[in-house]
Amino acid sequence: MERKEIKISSEKDTRAFAAELAEKAQPGDVIALVGDLGTGKTTLTKYIAEALGVTDVITSPTFNIVCEYKTGRMPLYHFDVYRLTGPEEVYDLGFDEYFYGDGLCVIEWADLIEETLPEETVFVDMQYGRSQEERIYTVSRQEQ
Amino acid sequence: MNQKNENELITLAIESSCDETAVALIKGGRKVLSNIISSQIDIHKAYGGVVPEIASRHHLENINHVVERALDEAGMTMDDVDFFSVTYGPGLIGALVIGVATAKAFALATGKPLVGVHHIHGHISANYLEYPDLEPPFMALVVSGGHTNIVQVTDYNDLHTIGQTRDDAVGEAYDKVARVLGLPYPGGPAIDRLAKEGDREAIHFKRVLLGDGTYDFSFSGIKTAVLNYVNGEKMAGREINSADVAASFQEAVLDVIVEKSVGAAVDNGEDKLVVAGGVAANSRLREKLSAACEEKGIRLCIPPAILCTDNAAMIGAAGHYSYIKGNTSDLSLDAVAHLPL
Repeated sequence: MERKEIKISSEKDTRAFAAELAEKAQPGDVIALVGDLGTGKTTLTKYIAEALGVTDVITSPTFNIVCEYKTGRMPLYHFDVYRLTGPEEVYDLGFDEYFYGDGLCVIEWADLIEETLPEETVFVDMQYGRSQEERIYTVSRQEQ
Repeated sequence: MNQKNENELITLAIESSCDETAVALIKGGRKVLSNIISSQIDIHKAYGGVVPEIASRHHLENINHVVERALDEAGMTMDDVDFFSVTYGPGLIGALVIGVATAKAFALATGKPLVGVHHIHGHISANYLEYPDLEPPFMALVVSGGHTNIVQVTDYNDLHTIGQTRDDAVGEAYDKVARVLGLPYPGGPAIDRLAKEGDREAIHFKRVLLGDGTYDFSFSGIKTAVLNYVNGEKMAGREINSADVAASFQEAVLDVIVEKSVGAAVDNGEDKLVVAGGVAANSRLREKLSAACEEKGIRLCIPPAILCTDNAAMIGAAGHYSYIKGNTSDLSLDAVAHLPL
């Protein structure tokens, strides 16, 4: 397991980090965001979308669970699985097909469905830092 | 089109865009003959188990029951139905497809027309059921767990979104703040109740207006502001007064909604403001809108709670006006998760 800790001091840092993630992204990749309310999951996703060239407004996926954006260099599937009651629902709703699909999946609250995610999933653990703006992101992925 | 008088036309309407499986029979676009919502009836008992709430399977297992109940309650059979109305978007795709497939199957089996309805068009049309004299044009505010829209309605089938949320829906902001305060889901009713005991001016949360000239909303910042406040107080070792937080949060959010929606009506010369969606049941929103509309000489329409939350009656009302305009769908109608109005 490869692990990297990143200190985020402002939204500018979030944007730079998102650009890095987006640049490496290939169709079929999954980025799993794990962190409390307000740690910046949707904000990070917005910047990933921006870096992919998505022109739509990225709104919260909480209600529809998944929002699809197809205006970037590859499809972006933005999930918020908070309302799911467990991994079975991922299969019930056919969401696993997205995880092995033609685009990049970014999943908020991914820890709730961890066992359904592909082995190569990139995890971003998001914690509050010492100040109101600061966040600590820990990125982990399986070694290739 | 059918030989019947328009006011006698009967539609069987289906809504399954999110958690609820709902079926209604509507006459003439205005009269509710039956309005069945799955969560009101004890289907779990019939199956001897708990069905996951948002899974497609839940809708699939419910739908035939709910159709039967709706026909029974209206005292009708499929022969009495003139056409079918169904929500085809936006919503949760796995949920939407069940309603769409069911409506298509009925249309194919009976040879009767099918009308695809936009969920937001439905919400707004709920007002035609409650207010028999209401006719376009008017301004509409749709506020729910998944939507926050200001829509200009120039005719029954002519709707233009002039403002919407750029991040979280208002109901979602309520749910997330409720989570922070340890209140149950859904957060709207819980915060509304608790706020009555709190001081609305205890904490100042910023009203996010996004600058002049836009009717768009942003509610993601206030969620973070509440979180920061709560965390800050905790770190300082101070006790949090949840009622004050609830009341102050609610006031900040509703100030923005009232200002933008009433402002949109005034700016566009509309003398009616029509409200829809689950958050329309909020008591403080009703109070504030009533006061603001009275001051501006605007007529305010808010349907009862049962027509505000997701239901099929509203889909039947919208479907009726599409149908009499000749806007029917064919059997290639597909569910669409992301569907602009």
